[in-house]
Amino acid sequence: MSNPNPPTIEEARVGGGNVNPVENKLTDRLSHILADLGKNGIFIALIAVVVLFAILTEGILLRPQNISNLVVQNGYILVLAIGMVMVIIAGHIDLSVGSVAAFVGACSGVFAVQWGLPWWLAVILSLAIGALVGVWQGFWIAYVGIPAFIVTLAGMLIFRGLALVVLGNANIGSFPAEYRALGNGFLTDVFGEFEIDPLTLGVGALAILALVVQQVRTRRGRQKYGQDVEPMAWFITKLVLVSVAIGFFAYSLASYKGIPITLIILAVLVLVYGIVMNRTVFGRHIYAIGGNRHAAELSGIKTRRVDFWLFVNMGVLAALAGLIFTARLNLAGPKAGDGFELEAISAAFIGGAAVQGGVGTIGGAIIGGLIIGVLNNGMSIMGIGIEWQQAVKGLVLLLAVAFDVYNKRRSGGN
Amino acid sequence: MTTDILEMRGITKTFPGVKALANVNLSVARGEVHAICGENGAGKSTLMKVLSGVYPHGTYNGDIVFENETVEFKDLTDSEAKGIVIIHQELALSPYLSIAENIFLNNELRGRGGLIDWNKTNFEASKLLARVGLRENPTTKIMDIGVGKQQLVEIAKALSKEVKLLILDEPTAALNDEDSDHLLNLILHLKGQGITSIIISHKLNEIKKVADSVTVIRDGKTIETIAKTDVTEDRIIKDMVGRDLEHRYPDHTPHIGEELLRVEDWTAHHPQDTSRVVVDKVNLNVRAGEIVGIAGLMGAGRTEFAMSLFGQSYGSKISGRVFLRGKEIRTRTVAEAIEHGIAYATEDRKTYGLNLIEDIKRNISMASLKKLEKYGLVHDNEEYKVANEYRTSMNIKAPNVLVKTGKLSGGNQQKVVLSKWIYSDPDVLILDEPTRGIDVGAKYEIYSIINRLAAQGKGIIVISSELPELLGISDRVYALSEGRITGELPVAEATPESMLKLMTMEKPR
Repeated sequence: MSNPNPPTIEEARVGGGNVNPVENKLTDRLSHILADLGKNGIFIALIAVVVLFAILTEGILLRPQNISNLVVQNGYILVLAIGMVMVIIAGHIDLSVGSVAAFVGACSGVFAVQWGLPWWLAVILSLAIGALVGVWQGFWIAYVGIPAFIVTLAGMLIFRGLALVVLGNANIGSFPAEYRALGNGFLTDVFGEFEIDPLTLGVGALAILALVVQQVRTRRGRQKYGQDVEPMAWFITKLVLVSVAIGFFAYSLASYKGIPITLIILAVLVLVYGIVMNRTVFGRHIYAIGGNRHAAELSGIKTRRVDFWLFVNMGVLAALAGLIFTARLNLAGPKAGDGFELEAISAAFIGGAAVQGGVGTIGGAIIGGLIIGVLNNGMSIMGIGIEWQQAVKGLVLLLAVAFDVYNKRRSGGN
Repeated sequence: MTTDILEMRGITKTFPGVKALANVNLSVARGEVHAICGENGAGKSTLMKVLSGVYPHGTYNGDIVFENETVEFKDLTDSEAKGIVIIHQELALSPYLSIAENIFLNNELRGRGGLIDWNKTNFEASKLLARVGLRENPTTKIMDIGVGKQQLVEIAKALSKEVKLLILDEPTAALNDEDSDHLLNLILHLKGQGITSIIISHKLNEIKKVADSVTVIRDGKTIETIAKTDVTEDRIIKDMVGRDLEHRYPDHTPHIGEELLRVEDWTAHHPQDTSRVVVDKVNLNVRAGEIVGIAGLMGAGRTEFAMSLFGQSYGSKISGRVFLRGKEIRTRTVAEAIEHGIAYATEDRKTYGLNLIEDIKRNISMASLKKLEKYGLVHDNEEYKVANEYRTSMNIKAPNVLVKTGKLSGGNQQKVVLSKWIYSDPDVLILDEPTRGIDVGAKYEIYSIINRLAAQGKGIIVISSELPELLGISDRVYALSEGRITGELPVAEATPESMLKLMTMEKPR
């Protein structure tokens, strides 16, 4: 892999079978680490950004309150990023999510405030509206065959307009407390009041335990089937690093207000969608369609149906993002969701998704979203104006994708 | 000074793993119509690409002498500047631009201030159109005229470049009889004006009509050049086919069982031009353990037949009946076809067969993920195991199954495609050009795999434009021409000559 001249197909073909076994072991170990660095490049970038701003803000970035804020402030973008990366993997794009979030937020205001429905019913109805929006857009994209760019560009205008219609040129405000908890609430003090919340620490410990068990099981499973696994030392180092990060994160939350409700929602979504994308037939079909639509069709994959459900899913997630945002502001307003689509798209691309489709991960999109979040937050703490924040974020997006393209070219991909 | 306008000497061109042209010589006399004949893949188009600079000087060996001058073309523009113009099989016209705009594309007539002079453009275009006998307004858009007329626009475009040597690559392949006649007459007419033409074709009757001499190419070698007076169909066919059919194919003793698949009156129309019949009442069957070949020239409707059968992946207004083990089945979607045990491995594996950015493992499982599903989740270790088994049994040369298929050689890519379909456990496999773009060694492996599948009692349909290959591996062959089955022969009775006759048999009119 360290060969400066990428091998031709012919060489690679021949080289595969008969490599010197001694050399193999050493280079194998090295290439594992290199491949991992490449794969986790985005994770390392996040750590770098965090360290950079921790220094620049003289530690304010890593204060418990700020850590907690980071999650709550970016929750809705991360929710959108999950749906967006799926849409992008399938080779589409969705420009309408900001408008849909605003529209659903406005509807939820009507349900919860104006009609006075119970909060849970308002939430369910709002999510259903999001699904209907997805059905509408999915229909045009999957079954009429209009490019997603056009359909969702139209959707961006349509649903922004409808949001204004629903709001009737006014803000709707003062939501019930349970509703507000979606964006502002914390799970805390279940065991009484402590300086450091034991529940949060406990959940953090459980998360670490679950991660370790899952990683070890996966590794054992692979070994059982005779697959290559990474060297033990590297495996343990990685586990320890990630565990420390989770531990620090849990401790920070515990010393502030506990676990944000938004974080719980996010954690569930990441877990569920991570499994969907990696382990279910539906997820596999999304990757197959994005990689080569023709080949997927000729393999019996119902591409239209997959496209359709992808946009229904995106609609529901956009609705959820709208609810969280509205809950956080305690206000459904006409400007809500402005520019969300661009942040979500940026998150997906910074997280390693490919513009042509077929490539990307939920985890990558989340980390991409967090990088944007840390940039926003760090620069705000430093008192950098919104104008420079915009410019810096643009640059980061460009550089991240350029790095990715360079990386792929180096590793000999097409 | 010779009378030859063009002489190509000792042209050799190699692609990775394949020698496409080996020491080819070609002499074209000034003012003649010279035909080049050969089977698909013989090297005709490659030779013309060398001549026109598509493969620039330095990527091939040998000399090109044009008008008594050794030339070294770097690209198409270079060769066009000398008066060599090639018209490809797939026309290079922009459908949304007008006839005149297309004629002068990248050669625009400028007036004052460097701006395009549209009056002059249209005027010059109409003069050129008159020369090729096309009565159309030069401002008509290309997409609004038929293929035959588009072909004439291409020739007008060539004339605008003051062409001395016109190369036409299978110019009549997509034309009807009337348009073909007009085109051939035009070539003769241009000959009268001193324009030399090279025409690539395997339609023997039209070669006899227009050509002054014929050069036959086979397996990247020139076989001979025949003068007009000596041209006979038999001689050309014999040259095209050759005689060396030794041990290029593994032995295969058929154990033929019950009928697996029967297709009755299968008809399909062109997807856009829905009045055009592409597959015309095809009847065929395949039995267990049998390898059935479908032979046909380019454009005969082989792939179209297979894809329309496989979940209606091609065409419109499809009709006919399909029986599996005597029971009628529906194959209206690909999923249905797969469910009923039909598999189709495409002729174009990069565009239609593989997800090149994904690894071997996920490509093999792509059509059969349901099999790997347990409690709603894909069992990925099992997937790895299955893929690894295929890597071993199909001899896919890759260090492991996590290698992206885009990095494999053609032969190994084809083995991945075959693995994918074998894993879907079909009764009938349709293999479309299974050895296209694959080197000889890998071809033999693919043939062995095909034999193995037949021995397991599967029914195999092989579509191939290489006649020797088809006759070498099949038990029974069908000939397809203009969408119709024009003959069916047990392989023992089929000769390349008899097959070519059937494959070029035209519809009674």
